[in-house]
Amino acid sequence: MTAITSDAEIEVRRPRRSVVAGVLLVVWVAAYFLLRGIDTLALGGQDTTALHRWLNDHRYDLGQGNVLFGGIRIAVGNFVVLLQDLISQPSFDRPVPVIGWLGVVALAAYCAWAFGNWKVAVLTAAGFGFIGLQGLWQESMDTLSLTIAAVLLSLLVAIPLGIWAGLSDRAFKVATLVLDLMQTLPTFVYLAPLTLFFAIGPAAATIATLIYAAPPAVRLTAHAIRSVPPESVEAARSLGSTRGQTLTKVLLPMSRSTVVVGINQTIMAALSMVTVAALIDAPGLGQTVLTALRTLDVGVAFNSGLAIVVLAIVLDRVTTAAGDRPWRTANIRRRILLGVGAVGVLVAIWFSHTYVWAAEFPSDGVLGARIAAITTSVSNWVQDVFGGFTYGVRDAVTNALLNPFEGLLTGSPWWLVAAVVVALAAVLGGWRAAVPAAVCTGLLVATGLWQDSMVTLASTLIATVVVVAAGLALGVWAGRNHRVDVWIRPLLDAGQTMPPFVYLVPFLALFGSSRFTAIAAAVVFAVPVTTKIVADGIKAVPVATVEAANSVGSSSWQVISKVQLPVARRAITLAINQGLIYVLSMVVVGGLVGAGALGYDVSAGFAQSDLYGKGLAAGLAIVLLGVLLDRVTQAAARRTQNYQGSNRIRSRGDKR
Amino acid sequence: MKRLRYAGVLTAVALALAGCGGQKIADDKPAAGGKDCGTFNLTVSPWVGYEANAAVVSYVATKDLGCKVVKKNLKEEIAWQGFATGEVDVNLENWGHEDLKKKYITEDKVAVEAGSTGVKGVIGWYVPPWMAAKYPDITDWKNLNKYAGLFKTSESGGKGQLLDGDPSYVTNDEALVKNLSLNYKVVQSGSETALIQSFRDAEKNKRPLLAYFYEPQWFFNEVKLVKVNLPKWTAGCDAVPAKVACDYPPYDLDKIVSKKFADSGSPAYDLVKRFKWTNEDQNAVARMIAVDKLTPDQAAEKWVKDNQPKVNAWLGR
Repeated sequence: MTAITSDAEIEVRRPRRSVVAGVLLVVWVAAYFLLRGIDTLALGGQDTTALHRWLNDHRYDLGQGNVLFGGIRIAVGNFVVLLQDLISQPSFDRPVPVIGWLGVVALAAYCAWAFGNWKVAVLTAAGFGFIGLQGLWQESMDTLSLTIAAVLLSLLVAIPLGIWAGLSDRAFKVATLVLDLMQTLPTFVYLAPLTLFFAIGPAAATIATLIYAAPPAVRLTAHAIRSVPPESVEAARSLGSTRGQTLTKVLLPMSRSTVVVGINQTIMAALSMVTVAALIDAPGLGQTVLTALRTLDVGVAFNSGLAIVVLAIVLDRVTTAAGDRPWRTANIRRRILLGVGAVGVLVAIWFSHTYVWAAEFPSDGVLGARIAAITTSVSNWVQDVFGGFTYGVRDAVTNALLNPFEGLLTGSPWWLVAAVVVALAAVLGGWRAAVPAAVCTGLLVATGLWQDSMVTLASTLIATVVVVAAGLALGVWAGRNHRVDVWIRPLLDAGQTMPPFVYLVPFLALFGSSRFTAIAAAVVFAVPVTTKIVADGIKAVPVATVEAANSVGSSSWQVISKVQLPVARRAITLAINQGLIYVLSMVVVGGLVGAGALGYDVSAGFAQSDLYGKGLAAGLAIVLLGVLLDRVTQAAARRTQNYQGSNRIRSRGDKR
Repeated sequence: MKRLRYAGVLTAVALALAGCGGQKIADDKPAAGGKDCGTFNLTVSPWVGYEANAAVVSYVATKDLGCKVVKKNLKEEIAWQGFATGEVDVNLENWGHEDLKKKYITEDKVAVEAGSTGVKGVIGWYVPPWMAAKYPDITDWKNLNKYAGLFKTSESGGKGQLLDGDPSYVTNDEALVKNLSLNYKVVQSGSETALIQSFRDAEKNKRPLLAYFYEPQWFFNEVKLVKVNLPKWTAGCDAVPAKVACDYPPYDLDKIVSKKFADSGSPAYDLVKRFKWTNEDQNAVARMIAVDKLTPDQAAEKWVKDNQPKVNAWLGR
């Protein structure tokens, strides 16, 4: 098959590229020893450049008192407050919300059952009950209101955009660029300006969440539509379907499960913003986390983090079940049951509206206090037992790997690093990579934060390599083994949605305040998404293909490396890309535990008015690093594909 | 099937009976707020000392004046912006911020000063108590170079490490290290959480640590950090940031309110203006919140009960 011929070609081509790259690196190291310390463009912590001061002076220019922003704020704000009045906050002159806990649980379970199946309905009821027992009912409902608002508004924009980007190559290119920007631009950078446009509170928090959460839905919708086999599209066309018919009858149904993965990712991203949004007074669980961290109360922070995770798991399972449910009309029996259920829900809502026992969750939060106490003692135990050992690991990795690598990047003259980066990009990805690389390095110099960018780049690259290695291993394992997948998924969801703020304190205790701590936190945050996408890709490999390989006596390793990985190549490229972007999105959080550099600059800009311009420039520098790395990996991946002679993807691209 | 249906009907009836037996929700709220106080928005900055101020003031305003207090958890800079947008009325502990005062008070005229809180702020370099006991002369800055080797870490590039905290802190540390010719590198821990955790670990495991910190701070109840004396502060010695070679000045922490709130004639404004206590008072409340894990309201109630004369003075009684 293609695998065999492509191997032959790889044998010829690949060594040459790696040799060139290797020679480049050797030349760089040699030049570093000669030119060390010249033109390193260092900038002190409190120092600023003319650009930063200019940004500082002009920050109030945009949008103050703008009618459009005002309108958006009022609309979004009212929407969120309406949801809050319904399920979380005392409203309409009553001491309780319109719908109490019984109504919310019944309604949520009913929806889960109607759109998914009875299993997720039970899970939903259990999950909500658990949150109530934790003593976090009201906070959770605040968070849920905000998340529902942000996700609905995101999807309203994202799905049409995704379809457009799936159908048009040009839109796809523009969208990819904008999405990279939206996902890598640290939230902290636009958090402060957002409060200028949209004031403080739920509206601004929802909009910040929306900006962060919409990209996965756009990206995966576009990805899904582009992955529909061209044969199916051509078949539909040849049968005389119009463009609209092809879209609604072929493209959308065939890409439905991936679109649902996109919706799912959007929900996860929205929930991961809960704590950050709390910095501008978003109501809900994020507040509890932040307040607990002020006194380093890991237990209480973990308890509310756990509530976020439970919400995430419930929403994830329900959307997944909804995605898996075949599109067919319900039979008579199910319809009757649905009707009966609806009546039951209405009764429950009426109860929860009328009676105190059904309105206020009957719990004094004993379970939550218990969880908090256990977490605190576990965390203390881990610190006591592993404390010394982990410091050793940190010092070993930092001295053997991070410091030399960072020294090479920061100690070389900027023009040398820039030349090496552009040359490497050209070797790995051709001009498609070299041109963006040149532009990005040029702009990085212009931000005035070259040296900080190089420090961040060093940590980012190391973290990404670890993330990709771990994500591939776990993803292949989960993709090949259904049972592993079932067990690992709650952990992945937890890793992705547990606010990093919660595990910062134990990590600080284990590794001290250092760049290594930041790398570790980024890895924990980025591995889940990489694993999920890889597992999804491996699972999508047609069973027949795997069976064929097995029947000719291939070993498991051969099946993985010659069949599953190559066939799932697109998913893997996407996984690497997302892993990278998730690592970059943690740069600012890393700045809170000692990573310094760009992450620190951004949060300093958020905190100190005269460093605002520098913070904005640092945010842009993070975006530039993201675009640079993304372009190079994408172009390199594309080139590898071309070498392998797999012209299926290319030809499809040409036809569209 | 039939049995199931019966079970369903029975459950529904049982539920209905149980429900109807429960207490109904009252339609009207208990009389909302006092007549002349109304609502004010109080920003709560992210440190426990501030939380103590906010707890006591909002407790007194709610209980004695019948006001409705809306607390908003905000970073300082965002809170200052809130004076302009009308989202924030009161800031109960402001650390200097001359630049922001200039913008929002002098230029935009959206905020006004409301006097001192009586709390004195101290900023400086601190070491854990075990170090001060073992190396008594470390508290003099002149000896810091002697001990630089102790403070070396994986982050400090061969020099001693001076750990800095949250980016919102007021700091001259880079200039100080340079101007006092200290063989140290300023390393950013990036957050107060990281800083406190580092001190906790340093004291517990006897690791050397030199770091920026401030008083009043609840953490002093747990570990009594020792301040390193830098060259004494004199008026004007810190006028040019890049040339600073002296200690941080003592801070008189003050209150800021929005212009709108100051002109409203609300009794809450008089309360905020008269509110004044001491480091010990604030520390007592902060301790109850941070160490004893009381809610801010419980802590405030307890303190108010023991200090009624002070509260009466704020209320003008």
